[in-house]
Amino acid sequence: MNRYSAFSLLRNALSHNRNWRAAWRSPEPKKSYDAIVVGGGGHGLATAYYLAKEHGIRNVAVLEKGWIGGGNTGRNTTIVRSNYLWTEAALLYEKSMQLWEGLSQDLNYNVMFSQRGVYNLGHSLQDMRDIERRVNANRLNGIDAEVVSAAELGKAIPCLNVSPAARYPVLGASLQRRGGVARHDAVAWGFARAADALGVDIIEQCAVTGIDVSGGKAVGIQTTRGPIASDRIGVVVAGNAGVLAQMADLRLPIESHPLQAFVSEPIKPVLDTVVMSGAVHGYISQSDKGELVIGAGIDAYNGYGQRGSFPVIEHAMQAIVELFPVFSRVRMLRVWGGIVDVAPDACPILSKTPVAGLYFNCGWGTGGFKATPGSGWVFAHTMAHDEAHELNAPFSLERFSTGALVDEHGAAAVAH
Amino acid sequence: MLLIECPWCGPRAETEFSYGGEAGIVRPLDPDALSDEEWADYLFYRANPRGAHRELWNHAHGCRRWFGVERDTVSYRIAGSFRLGPAGSETGKGANTERDD
Ligand SMILES: Cc1cc2nc3c(=O)[nH]c(=O)nc-3n(C[C@H](O)[C@H](O)[C@H](O)COP(=O)(O)OP(=O)(O)OC[C@H]3O[C@@H](n4cnc5c(N)ncnc54)[C@H](O)[C@@H]3O)c2cc1C
Ligand SMILES: [Zn+2]
Repeated sequence: MNRYSAFSLLRNALSHNRNWRAAWRSPEPKKSYDAIVVGGGGHGLATAYYLAKEHGIRNVAVLEKGWIGGGNTGRNTTIVRSNYLWTEAALLYEKSMQLWEGLSQDLNYNVMFSQRGVYNLGHSLQDMRDIERRVNANRLNGIDAEVVSAAELGKAIPCLNVSPAARYPVLGASLQRRGGVARHDAVAWGFARAADALGVDIIEQCAVTGIDVSGGKAVGIQTTRGPIASDRIGVVVAGNAGVLAQMADLRLPIESHPLQAFVSEPIKPVLDTVVMSGAVHGYISQSDKGELVIGAGIDAYNGYGQRGSFPVIEHAMQAIVELFPVFSRVRMLRVWGGIVDVAPDACPILSKTPVAGLYFNCGWGTGGFKATPGSGWVFAHTMAHDEAHELNAPFSLERFSTGALVDEHGAAAVAH
Repeated sequence: MLLIECPWCGPRAETEFSYGGEAGIVRPLDPDALSDEEWADYLFYRANPRGAHRELWNHAHGCRRWFGVERDTVSYRIAGSFRLGPAGSETGKGANTERDD
């Protein structure tokens, strides 16, 4: 791997940037691997990276049906925070937050992680009670959290409408200062490059079409580029989790929904933090290019189409204009959708399955970008040891029959 | 936006309706007789197909009746709407019916 540094920038500038090497190889798939990761989103690539780095399992392939990061990883609004209510979830997301804090150094790739703070607004007395409860729960778990008043909000975010005359007045917010945003594509590319350097084969344009099970054990997969053998298979395909589960005759408590987001034309810096509101349902930040990045809620119906209905976008736009009247004349440039994998308790599934050697990592729904490094880290442990790490043990498939759900629906404000 | 045909009111905009998920899920008559896995299956496990899906919609801002729709979850194209029959019958599982009520 070419290490990136000020010196390498300079040296390559002198040769007119013609000698940079590709950031990762594009090898032909081998006949067999020690481990296979299905799905080249951030979570799959992070899984492969930590399998190689933490567990010394380097004969690994990541199989991606399109291009890496082309799924939800490259389609999300990039909000990163760890202020979840329940201890099980808080510890998992906080593990991820800690990995984010050193990620650019660790990967030798600038993922542009920017801890600009995340505000979750409250618009009613009950919202404020929930916020205080969550802030206290976060602090007990060692996660930074504060309650801020409407007056403080008005000072910190001058263009936010904190007038009591607003239709849904802002009464205050929770603030996690360590929260923020990261560059989503860079996360996929950075993990891919670092995993490749440790020997992982990243194979794009390779869709998995079948999972071979023999005597209750996973033995390999069928792909559009031929069969590949492996007795350790991790499936990390977000909205398509149910489709892959069916290939092994398994069922998952997951439903796939469209989730949409959009960006405005680039404007001068106006918003230097992240603002989310569960009550009016919109969330917004400003990218380094100057675009306002705005996320909507999910479309209610099941969908695999990577697009949703217009009224959902309109609803999110109304929420944003309600909060920031100054944005009412900004023009929107692009809108897109991803397919999110929603679990009944809005928490992920990071689990072994009834098929030995077959593992699923899914259910991140509308909020898994923030978990990318932590998810890969615990899932690599699970695949390497055939046993969950204590951080992901509560997120097994069994919880749906034992009843030990981790109910984060609404508990952590908007679930993104 | 989807254009959904209410069997009673005709084609209307999606915003008049609310979604009810997979059609044909029958509440177990004797929940106590179920294993934890069977109960979990009823509560949480859905077919979630990539393709044809039979699902429930409610005409919330119209006649407020429930009915079924067959829709493709990739193209979102709607094949047709159907009325629901009594629980336990073939039509109660979401098959087409001409029954009027
Ligand atoms: C509009 C939107 C906004 C969001 N906003 C946020 C946010 O602000 N903060 C946050 O934390 N989260 C957010 N999320 C959620 C977040 O994007 C996801 O939870 C996360 O990116 C999931 O990562 P992943 O790697 O599991 O999935 P993906 O990136 O979707 O990767 C799965 C990959 O599997 C591949 N695949 C599928 N089927 C096959 C097959 N048969 N064979 C091979 N490969 C296959 C796909 O092509 C895809 O590349 C948002 C999501 C969307 C859609
Ligand atoms: Zn009607």
